[in-house]
Amino acid sequence: MYQLLKQIAKAGIVTEPAPLPDAELQRMEQRFGEAILKHFGRALAIRHVDAGSCNGCELEIHAMNGPHYNLERLGVKFVASPRHADMLLVTGPVSRNMEVALRRTYDATPDPKLVVAIGDCGCTGGIFGESYASCGRVSNVIPVDVAVPGCPPAPVAIMQGILTAIVSTKKA
Amino acid sequence: MRHAELGIEVETLPSAVPAFGASVGADGLHALCEAARSKNARLVALWGSDETGRAGGYALHLALGFRSGLLWLSVPLSASDPRYPGIADIFPAANRMQRATADLLGIRPLEGADGRKWLRHGAWPEDAFPLRKQFKTSERFAQSEDRYPFVRVEGEGVHEIPVGPVHAGTIEPGHFRFSIVGEKILRLEERLGYKHKGIEKRFESMTLAEGAKLAGRVSGDSTVAYAWAYAMAVEGATGTEPSARALALRGIFLELERIANHLGDLGYLGNDVALAFGFFQFWRLKEELLRLQGRLFGHRYLMDVVVPGGVARDLSQSDSDALLAGLDRIEAEVATLKSIYDEHAGAQDRFIMTGQVTTELAARMGLTGFAARASGIERDLRIDYPMTPYRQLEPRIASHIRGDVAARVSVRFEELFESARLIRALAAQLPTGEIRAPVPGAAPGRRGVGWIEGWRGDVLIALETADANGIHRLHAHDPSWQNWPLLERAVMGNIVPDFPLINKSFNLSYSGQDL
Repeated sequence: MYQLLKQIAKAGIVTEPAPLPDAELQRMEQRFGEAILKHFGRALAIRHVDAGSCNGCELEIHAMNGPHYNLERLGVKFVASPRHADMLLVTGPVSRNMEVALRRTYDATPDPKLVVAIGDCGCTGGIFGESYASCGRVSNVIPVDVAVPGCPPAPVAIMQGILTAIVSTKKA
Repeated sequence: MRHAELGIEVETLPSAVPAFGASVGADGLHALCEAARSKNARLVALWGSDETGRAGGYALHLALGFRSGLLWLSVPLSASDPRYPGIADIFPAANRMQRATADLLGIRPLEGADGRKWLRHGAWPEDAFPLRKQFKTSERFAQSEDRYPFVRVEGEGVHEIPVGPVHAGTIEPGHFRFSIVGEKILRLEERLGYKHKGIEKRFESMTLAEGAKLAGRVSGDSTVAYAWAYAMAVEGATGTEPSARALALRGIFLELERIANHLGDLGYLGNDVALAFGFFQFWRLKEELLRLQGRLFGHRYLMDVVVPGGVARDLSQSDSDALLAGLDRIEAEVATLKSIYDEHAGAQDRFIMTGQVTTELAARMGLTGFAARASGIERDLRIDYPMTPYRQLEPRIASHIRGDVAARVSVRFEELFESARLIRALAAQLPTGEIRAPVPGAAPGRRGVGWIEGWRGDVLIALETADANGIHRLHAHDPSWQNWPLLERAVMGNIVPDFPLINKSFNLSYSGQDL
């Protein structure tokens, strides 16, 4: 126990300041003010749906919950059911075998809801594209509010995407 | 030449690992597999190909792992009746691979085999076969109803818990059907294939150069292992010799990937036994490593740094110093965390004798990778077929005999320390020279084999070239094919709340299996 407490004290707090929203991620140009950070103070429940990724984006979503980014301190929490969620964080090109499950998850999420598509595949279908087995980009299957490119996008970029979705919509 | 164990006539395939090719008729397949099994060979992969445009008909392919190396066995099948005697009775791991081959190519085992679909679900009809050459990449089908006959467990008090494909956490999609009594798991049946996104068909529309990027995205957490296996296959098919410097750098990248994944999973294993301390500590270290990798090599997960012909990123002396200093820091902290895990009664109570896979079961079912080593099966490509850069380093095998969660935790710790040693040794004597050799074109019909010990287990790329530096057929094989069925067995008799812990101790790839 002593060793455990010593390790906690030695490691200290590595959590870094939250990023600012990235206007480039928005479809419409908009000015953000200082007040934006207050949106992060709100509680936001996210349901992550892997709709067919290579699992690279999942690695960065995990990292986002690690101590450097510590998403939960900002009031953003991952929940186990779409019925508890305000936002769906969707990765991957949508495989045809996940198409029905993704639609059902979307339908099960109460309105108003936000959808953030993660990664090059979520944005465009990426290297997998569209085929007999892939529907391509997430917006081919469900409506998407914000799309975050990258292969995979870094945790800060995903956080910016989440923030952008919150501040760019009246729904939130 | 004659095959060392089987005595059949084989040809040597050009590869950095010892690899041989042979052909056998469908009627001789079963006996040959029995002979292979008696020589302690294991099934590495099974796939099919459409040869209607060349030899006529189809072909079934097997990759068998022998002491002497890899044997790529091809079984020509007729166009009118592409069937073969199933081999799942000899190699149980063949079951799902045979079913996937039936879904994608219409090549089926004869009567008596498990005829259920595996990768197909409802996205394409039963009589369409995506990997046949006449199947156009532009073809689309309406979703059909997806019925799957799960095995029902009957008895008083037995009930089912269906889980997924969308899981409660940040996990890849798959379906788990638990049959339980109280909290005790009587049976788990997995259903995978949700992430099938047509990777193998995609390869066939790419050139050898273009395919490298896709290979690095078969399973993102093993991007270096796949990229290296792909590069090795292309280099074999084209007769390319990467420089000693490039191979040493590949070794550094592969060991970094092993360390990063073990760090992440060791953190989650703490989390899953309510030791949140472990999660935050290990993920702090993992993030430090990822940032270092991003800074030094341009990508946090080292995607696209291994390319056919060599590597895309070099390591200068000052960067090497920074890498080793970072590694020293991480390793010192992992040593502290290991002693905390070892002495934490609550964690050990959950780890020990949970999710056990005995040596006999592991050998019978073909378990592979670090999970096999934790069950007393001492196999590791880096040691069994020493190639550059591992030959000179004499990697030490990490193993355990108990095959439970604690054993897999222990092997992960050991491998992490050993990988750090290997990186230091590689960086200390990094050869000089170019990092990337030009890759000449390949004639059609050339074969290449890439076989790499990734962090999870052995990744195989089996390649056959087409015209204009294209790809006739590429099979990418993830070790998860072998290990998923063992997860079903490992959870038997355990309680439901231990499932996430057992699952994470293996941490298998869905994407790599679903293709």
